[in-house]
Amino acid sequence: MIAVVNYGVGNLFSLCSSLRAVGADVTVTGDPDVIRAAERIVLPGVGAFEDAARKLSASGLEAPVREAAEEGKPLLGICLGMQLLFERSLEYGEHKGLGLIPGTVAPLAGRIPDTLKIPHMGWNALRLHGNAPIFKYIRDGEYVYFVHSYAAVGCGEYVIADTEYGEYLTAAVRRGSVYGCQFHPEKSGAAGLSILKAFTEL
Amino acid sequence: MITKRIIPCLDVRDGTVVKGVNFKDLKNVDSPVRLAEYYSGAGADELVFYDITASAEGRGLFTDILTETARCVFIPLTVGGGINTLDDFDRVLKCGADKVSVNSGAIRDPSLIPAAARLYGDQCVVLSVDVKRVNGVFTVFAKGGRENTGMEAIEWVKRCVGGGAGEVVVNSIDTDGAKSGFDIELCRAVCDAVNVPVIASGGAGCAADFIELFKAEPRIDAGLAASVFHFGQVEINALKREMKENGIEARI
Repeated sequence: MIAVVNYGVGNLFSLCSSLRAVGADVTVTGDPDVIRAAERIVLPGVGAFEDAARKLSASGLEAPVREAAEEGKPLLGICLGMQLLFERSLEYGEHKGLGLIPGTVAPLAGRIPDTLKIPHMGWNALRLHGNAPIFKYIRDGEYVYFVHSYAAVGCGEYVIADTEYGEYLTAAVRRGSVYGCQFHPEKSGAAGLSILKAFTEL
Repeated sequence: MITKRIIPCLDVRDGTVVKGVNFKDLKNVDSPVRLAEYYSGAGADELVFYDITASAEGRGLFTDILTETARCVFIPLTVGGGINTLDDFDRVLKCGADKVSVNSGAIRDPSLIPAAARLYGDQCVVLSVDVKRVNGVFTVFAKGGRENTGMEAIEWVKRCVGGGAGEVVVNSIDTDGAKSGFDIELCRAVCDAVNVPVIASGGAGCAADFIELFKAEPRIDAGLAASVFHFGQVEINALKREMKENGIEARI
């Protein structure tokens, strides 16, 4: 069973539909015990970092997510859910993340040329680094769907894919069984479903 | 680098997809769910569902169709038509919409876009604007293009983007249905005014019209059309191959 962590941010409809489309048994849950019992965990998220970090902590779900990562259970953070995996974010101040993966979430503004629009929104190509199991069904250069104004920096050795938008931005990371995707696999067509399928097979 | 997006628009009325020529003479095409699945497989980068009669007749959106679509289609889905309140946003987002486009609702209540952007984020709020030249001035029309608001369009777009609209769909009433190309002059004026993604709509008749759009105004992010896709005059993957041959980034 895959537990989709419901801590009160974002809309989980598409994410659950896409996981079910690749054959997963999905439970959306705000119950720590259900997360502890799950084989795999997806941490979603949209919106602002500080609000999401606070809600995750206040909901009592931060502990079971951490435990899962420590036990080596496959964990996938998506978009803001990925950003929460890092040590800190510089979105409107400085805020602590889960620290499961070294790195800082920093604004795109100032990093990419002024002529490029922010958010980085739309389909962009993945440049794969290494052979992460979660990408076993896709090829280098596959297009996926992004919507974000912040991206992780300082996570060099953990980057398993990046994407070019004025400069190379972190698109996906992995540390052991903990994965993060800045893009939305649930909105990335067949390529996205292939990534979710691979996650269900980890 | 990010691709130019190709977006089929499904105008929905009474559970079927329709396309108005200059917003009149509606013609039934097919089931929205079947068409959405078809387009997702055929290379569409995103889909737009418009309930085109909702703002005129005050009808709600067809949320069952939306839910069914979002269950089997895994590309971004934008919903518009009859979005007048935050409750309308909530209703369609719960049914699987990723973005919500506001047109007449924002004209009626200018606080709607800022309130929705605060609640759901800028990336979720799309301004859709119907524009027609009146005595040479780009003018905003409401209620599916039937009512002249008297507002100058570029100022309106700037105001909405300033209030939190994260994307703009520019629909030219002057070129809509004519199949003689997008309204590049209007698109350029909007791109000059705002720095959020801009989607051109109205006037596509063939693949070359999309190529011309992206070449003439590289700041345009996406081209939106309905009937040229529905009636097979433009096949999306063939269009994208042509885009790539012309040096325009496309997802194939």
